[in-house]
Amino acid sequence: MSAPNASPLDPDQLEAARDAALAAFAAVQVLDELPATRTAHLGDRAPILLARRALGSLPAADKADAGKRVNVVLQAVQAAYDTRRAELEADRDGRVLAEESVDVTVLPGRVPRGARHPLTTIQERIEDVFVAMGWEVAEGPEVEHEWFNFDALNFGGDHPAREMQDTLFVAPEGSGLVLRTHTSPVQIRSLLQRDLPVYVICPGRTYRSDPLDATHSPVFSQVEGLVVDEGITMAHLRGALDHFAAAMFGADMRTRIRPSYFPFTEPSAELDLQCFECRGRSAEPGGEPCRVCSSEGWIEWGGCGMVNPAVLRACGVDPERYSGFAFGMGIERTLMFRHGITDIRDFYEGDQRFTLPFGMEA
Amino acid sequence: MRVPVSWLRTLLPDLTADAGEIGAALLRVGFEVEHVHRVGDDVRGVVVGKVLDIEELTGLKKPIRYCHVDIGSRVHEVICGATNFAVDDLVAFATPGGLLPGDFHITSRKTYGHISDGMICSARELGLSDEHSGILVLPPDSPLGADVVELLALRDEVLDIAVTPDRGYALSMRGIAREVAAVFGLDFQDPATLDVPPATGGHPVRIDDLDGCDRYVARTVTGLDPAAPSPAWLQRRLTLAGMRPISLAVDVTNHVLLELGQPLHAFDRDKLAGSVVVRRAKPGERLATLDGQDRALDPEDLVIADDTGPIALAGVMGGAATEVDDATTSLLIESAHFLPVPIARAARRHKLPSEASKRFERGVDPELAPVAAQAAVDLLVRLGGAMAGGGTDEDEHPPAPVLRLPLDLPSRLAGRHYDPAVVRRRLADVGCAVDGDDVLQVVPPSWRPDLIGSADLVEEVWRLEGYDSIPVQLPTAPAGRGLTDGQRLRRTASRALAATGLLEVVLPPFVSEESLDALGGGMTPPRLLNPLAETEALLRPSLLPGLLAAVHRNLARGLTDVALFETGVVFPTAGSRATVAPGVTGRPTDDELAALDASLPAQPRHAALALAGRRHGRAVDWADAIEAVLAVGRALGLTLDVQRLAWGPFHPGRCAELLLDGRRVGLAGELHPRVTARLSLPARTVAGECNLDMLIAVAESAGPVDAPVISAYPPASVDVALVVDETVPAADVETALRAGAGDLLEEIRLFDVYVGPQVGEGRRSLAFALRMRATDRTLTDAEVLGVRDDAIAEAGRRVGAELRG
Repeated sequence: MSAPNASPLDPDQLEAARDAALAAFAAVQVLDELPATRTAHLGDRAPILLARRALGSLPAADKADAGKRVNVVLQAVQAAYDTRRAELEADRDGRVLAEESVDVTVLPGRVPRGARHPLTTIQERIEDVFVAMGWEVAEGPEVEHEWFNFDALNFGGDHPAREMQDTLFVAPEGSGLVLRTHTSPVQIRSLLQRDLPVYVICPGRTYRSDPLDATHSPVFSQVEGLVVDEGITMAHLRGALDHFAAAMFGADMRTRIRPSYFPFTEPSAELDLQCFECRGRSAEPGGEPCRVCSSEGWIEWGGCGMVNPAVLRACGVDPERYSGFAFGMGIERTLMFRHGITDIRDFYEGDQRFTLPFGMEA
Repeated sequence: MRVPVSWLRTLLPDLTADAGEIGAALLRVGFEVEHVHRVGDDVRGVVVGKVLDIEELTGLKKPIRYCHVDIGSRVHEVICGATNFAVDDLVAFATPGGLLPGDFHITSRKTYGHISDGMICSARELGLSDEHSGILVLPPDSPLGADVVELLALRDEVLDIAVTPDRGYALSMRGIAREVAAVFGLDFQDPATLDVPPATGGHPVRIDDLDGCDRYVARTVTGLDPAAPSPAWLQRRLTLAGMRPISLAVDVTNHVLLELGQPLHAFDRDKLAGSVVVRRAKPGERLATLDGQDRALDPEDLVIADDTGPIALAGVMGGAATEVDDATTSLLIESAHFLPVPIARAARRHKLPSEASKRFERGVDPELAPVAAQAAVDLLVRLGGAMAGGGTDEDEHPPAPVLRLPLDLPSRLAGRHYDPAVVRRRLADVGCAVDGDDVLQVVPPSWRPDLIGSADLVEEVWRLEGYDSIPVQLPTAPAGRGLTDGQRLRRTASRALAATGLLEVVLPPFVSEESLDALGGGMTPPRLLNPLAETEALLRPSLLPGLLAAVHRNLARGLTDVALFETGVVFPTAGSRATVAPGVTGRPTDDELAALDASLPAQPRHAALALAGRRHGRAVDWADAIEAVLAVGRALGLTLDVQRLAWGPFHPGRCAELLLDGRRVGLAGELHPRVTARLSLPARTVAGECNLDMLIAVAESAGPVDAPVISAYPPASVDVALVVDETVPAADVETALRAGAGDLLEEIRLFDVYVGPQVGEGRRSLAFALRMRATDRTLTDAEVLGVRDDAIAEAGRRVGAELRG
């Protein structure tokens, strides 16, 4: 039994225990040492905790005072511990995280960059422009029968127009099979397969026996548009074309149509875009020469016209009741205008450096 | 068609527009002026000079003259190699500092021991004509010192006009002048209005083939001076129009061809034997043509024949035996109306496109034949001292059709109003005879065989009124169905491949036999009859040959890590000849359409990929290829089964076939070392290909996804390590475990593969983590162990798996 002056509840003793605890916590420099110090000063056998336990044996009259003293000391020591622990944890975190820091600009290529070809994504964009107007996307085969590629499109057997398009023919000799020279056979398939009215857009691959150079490729892509309905006019054609041009090149893009000839349209027109480089200024008096449009102010974009009644008849559509328009243009040309591509070969060489910058959408 | 503006002005005296304005006007009515050639700007400092004296230098290999030439302001000494001029002749003298065509600068220089201070010019040196046999001697009234460019009107502009194939009439000055007159509202005097005497006393002619020729006019000309030259104006016109002057007789026929659009042919009449007959060639007949070729004729060829046999390939080229030469005095001028089809075929068959065939193919005015012959005769009389002889006109051409045009059709189809008077006037402008009220009866002019329906007449009204006057109005479509499921899924597949880090390429479908052999051969794709390169005459039966070539190309360009994909149609089988040939006057029957489609080769859409180099910080491997194909399946909502297969171009131990409901839909893996060696690709290049159409067809038909039930109960996890023969694919073990575990299994994952002494030779251990969960309760330990045991038992049954001890 200890002496009364050595009672854990003695105020001096309590203060001494408190001071010792505060000094001990302050002296701890490493987080690992903190638990042992805590045990010494806040553990079950620490003087302050022993004092709290001793409260129970005090007479009721003394309990309140003594209890208050013990609690004040205990709270102070606990607070000192919490503060020191927070400080030491912050130190440790700072040190460890500093040690763990990396050069976040070194990316080891865990997610390789993929991208889609602009010919694919522009076709989707074109489809979306027309689908938004209620049109549908039509398709047809790339190896096509001449009946669809020529005959039904009003190309007579010996008409010089057949010679206009350098056709790649598919064996056997006399098979009547060709690599389609344009997307126009899809017009025929659409009129034969669909119920009227028809509002379709058809992007796709086409072929001609043009040797490869900077502006010609034996493989190229076209987009064909066809509308056959009652009361369709050339004004409607112009409306569709202007809408399309604005969607591709911006709302201020101007178009021009001028008379031309295609067997499958009559009347027919050539469609020009205002030169995207000089915006037509090179053709004005005193304008700077423009190499893109040869100072014409305009660039050919495609062909169009009212569907020839002969085409409607070949598809079983009554030309007295229905009229229609059709248009077609080169997709590579569209992309070349849009993205400043100068060599058509870039599209078809499979060089991944060409694809990469286009990302997922053209 | 090259149109000299000076010539155009002789036909349209009221024309004041310049070349640029004429070009812009022609463009508005459908004729593109591709180029304006300016001539005469390249001649400077050439003046009229008088030859004062001539000294013939001797002892030289060729005649050389030393002359003095007076140009008014001073006298020049000059050396000249030509001899066709005399003292006092006026000549075109190029002064030092002057310029001749071909950027030829004139300087003073020393030659043959004299100063040559200028140059006496030939017509050819001035760019006037091809005539270079001697110096151009000017008329005696030419003023001394006058600028020759002004004097000879050397300055001119030539419009190079693109004529669309329907407008044969515009391959003539007559046709272009009519268009220009209509645009500018000028009077137009048709040059094809000449007095033609009745055709009598001419050379006997017989047309045996009305399908090839429905009109044949022959005119005789006698007493032609064979030495008479073509005058400078005639040579000049031909040269400007892009033709070479040859001789008066030939130049005259060419002039008529250019002015009126009627191809003519001049036979040396003294070389003809008997009647001229238009017929098809007989089997075995041959013809030596003017270009020096001896040609075997086809029985379809339309020929002109006399008693000796064929003397010309009708409408294409004349024969050598009856050619006009420098002794010819008597001509037979042929002015015929040959029909487009036989001429087009013959020109193609004999690879002989000519100025004549180009026009006959597009349609020549049948009324023109006698007029054009008369025009030629008139010129030969005037310029060659000839006498006009008799004429023959065998004329069987059909009358022009009468077309019906509802008066309001141009307005209805344009979406704007045209005044009825405008419609009538514009049709008259192009030469139509117009009659009627609400529905016009329109007789097209003889030179417009392209006007066959009301739409053609509408175009004439529109283009002369200007397409730019047609308004702009957005059409309103009925509500559409959007993209089809298949179209959307195709986009999804392409995005999924790009999302795995592959770069899309688009490649031509032409492949070589060798590239297919390199992949193992055995493929029979369609062949092109006229490929651009004989070495690439096949259409790709698979995307891989092109894709692997692209990988090689990328590596050859210095890239080290290549990861490509392509989606596109392939052609695995050849097509066939269709059993039907539908017409175009109405919709073909369904059977006919089916027969046409049946003749087409199958054209499925594939997706393929290939990788070489590094990826994810390590070398690419077989799994990259397989995973990419699986990614396509996943993106389409499909689970593909992987099964090992030794196939074709792939490494026999590192190739998987991808199965969908037991059907093969793709292949992927590492390429066979033999293939990479043959294609000069790095070892361990990997590739894969799948049939996108098959995948999309299944995905489309799958219907809406059944949503899962998300259980709120806790999962139970258990690991099992199974020892199997090393040849057993892990996928088979997993499939067995899944089957055995049943519906309570939520997920299964392979997390370790062990090979070593503990499991024995030829065996391996596969460790799987199984996660189970019920939707309606917490699983008991007994249930979990039961599922585990069932799974292990099934694996034991199916693949002989044993629980690892």
